[in-house]
Amino acid sequence: MRDAVVRRAPGADKEERRLPVREQILTQIFLIIVAFTVLFPILWIVSLSFDNIERPSEFRLVPQEFTVSAYQQVFTQPTSNPTPFWRLLLNQLMLAGGVAFASVMVGVFAAYAFSRLKFPGRGGFMLGIIAVLLLPQIATIAPLYIILNGISPQLRGSFLGVGIAMTSGALPFAIWNLKGYLDTIPKDLEEAARIDGASPNQIFFQIVLPLAVPALAVTAFLGFLSGWTEFALSWQFLDINNPNNLTLAMALYTMTGQYASEVPWSRFAAMSLLIAAPVAIVYLSLQRYIVGGLTVGGVK
Amino acid sequence: MATDVRMASESNMPPQKRQRSVWDEVLRNRVAYLYLLPAFIIMGIVTFYPLFYQLWMSFTDFGIRSLNPNSATYLPPTIVGFDNYIRILGFKGGVPQIANFSFLNTLSFNLFWTFSNVVIHVTLGIFIAVILNQPGVWGRNIYRAIYVLPMVIPALVIATVWKNIFDPRFGPVNQMLTSIVGSWNPAVAANGIGIRWFEEVQYPITGIPLPLSYFAMLITNIWLGWPFMTIVATGALQSIPKDMYEASSLDGASWWDDLRYITLPLLRPAMVPAAMYGLITTFNLFHIIYFMSGGGPLRRTEILVTTAYRLVNEQRLYGIAAAFAVYIFLILLVMTLATNRVTKATESYDA
Repeated sequence: MRDAVVRRAPGADKEERRLPVREQILTQIFLIIVAFTVLFPILWIVSLSFDNIERPSEFRLVPQEFTVSAYQQVFTQPTSNPTPFWRLLLNQLMLAGGVAFASVMVGVFAAYAFSRLKFPGRGGFMLGIIAVLLLPQIATIAPLYIILNGISPQLRGSFLGVGIAMTSGALPFAIWNLKGYLDTIPKDLEEAARIDGASPNQIFFQIVLPLAVPALAVTAFLGFLSGWTEFALSWQFLDINNPNNLTLAMALYTMTGQYASEVPWSRFAAMSLLIAAPVAIVYLSLQRYIVGGLTVGGVK
Repeated sequence: MATDVRMASESNMPPQKRQRSVWDEVLRNRVAYLYLLPAFIIMGIVTFYPLFYQLWMSFTDFGIRSLNPNSATYLPPTIVGFDNYIRILGFKGGVPQIANFSFLNTLSFNLFWTFSNVVIHVTLGIFIAVILNQPGVWGRNIYRAIYVLPMVIPALVIATVWKNIFDPRFGPVNQMLTSIVGSWNPAVAANGIGIRWFEEVQYPITGIPLPLSYFAMLITNIWLGWPFMTIVATGALQSIPKDMYEASSLDGASWWDDLRYITLPLLRPAMVPAAMYGLITTFNLFHIIYFMSGGGPLRRTEILVTTAYRLVNEQRLYGIAAAFAVYIFLILLVMTLATNRVTKATESYDA
């Protein structure tokens, strides 16, 4: 097996063999059909968003009148709730960004300790974190709600309260994810530094942390991603009496689902795209790192 | 090495000095504990404490009247033992506040939903990956870029968009079906086919207890789920040395033999962890179910996590919700241990 890999000619790549014409055509037909199934919802939503339709009477992939009026409406006031778009955006950014940033900043220290240092109780603590990760966050809403409400209903109904509740799940995830990444960083540099007499703090801040920046970025992004469309917690906690207490995700929900007797189609499409596009673009560029982390365990 | 030195000197010391107090251990590992401290203080408060609180809650009759100590109708929660647990299982009168609630039905639907999805995802994912990975396929990178798209769109957006795709009057699915069926059926052409994907109570296939909303969500989740499996499969396929296929073609093997004896076994170590990951995430898939069918006609498509949310958000039965959460944890624990065992078994198979 080893020999077979070495014997492969250098520079030979997947294109060294060409597919016979019949196979190529069949393959292309199949792949195009698959591509169409993937693209059609996206194309439909994009075309709806550039159109001015309250209720689509027929299925079309190309807008009948190309206009950005839906986007304009979304930017001023997406829903019947009088909160402007920028406010919704700000709220969602605060939550997602704040929680992601905090969980990564605090978590990286613990992840380093788990990854590099040996100490009594290491296995036990790690097991505790993994056990906590098992429970989906939905199932922890009840006690968080009660506890925060017990401290102060104002706290519970505020964004700070939602942020605290979100951290409950974000921090263990950040620690676990960062530990996985840190484990893949070779220890040679740290060993060399230790022999040279560097203190553990110096090793961490000056050697490991700079090397871990991609890991920090990916973990922060994943945390941000889960907070960007966070719905269940904010819907449960936030005080609805205050119209400013609305996030993007909540607004999107009110445009559909049980609350919408009539979906404002073009506005809904524009809203969906505005929510999805930024994170999709970032995700696409980081995609290699994210999936790589998940498959590292499988493909040895 | 340092340890050896320490132990060598220890044996020269009088016996009572060899005992080490807990504090000495802490001091020796103080760097590690210091680094752990902030994270664990925070987690202690927001993660672990609520979990223990929830455990306590599950043994009480915590309800909406126990929420606010300052309100006039305050009723402090009283311990009711295993009452909540028993009632969730359907005994002692069940949970009458929720119509059509059956733990067993919800659990079995949840399991069926999970397995049917993952089986299809993995099969489709491998199939498409193998086709895409053939040498000399034109536009391979373009297809790869397109196929990633479902993964990068947030689940909330996918769920709400597909919910509208299945809208009875204005969704593309029904509109397309109307044009197709309407070409030979004038009644349909006039009024629209009007399939109510999420409200239809009659089972589409008699004898199979799966409502139409299951199929709608299945289609959506397949759309969402197969690209991940394809990515994992592609990574694994690329690490299979080409010479194996050349050798087998010299031996006169057909493409089916190749698939069965080379490709699939070599894919297994990568696909099994991916499938296990898919099982766990699909089991807990809140967005698709909650936003599309909302639990389906008469709660037939509820899964455990959506029921848990409902208990807190709509019914406000916090004690029962807490017991429910404990059940979810135990079930997930069993699932995770089982999937870990399967993963390890296949790893050692290939080691």
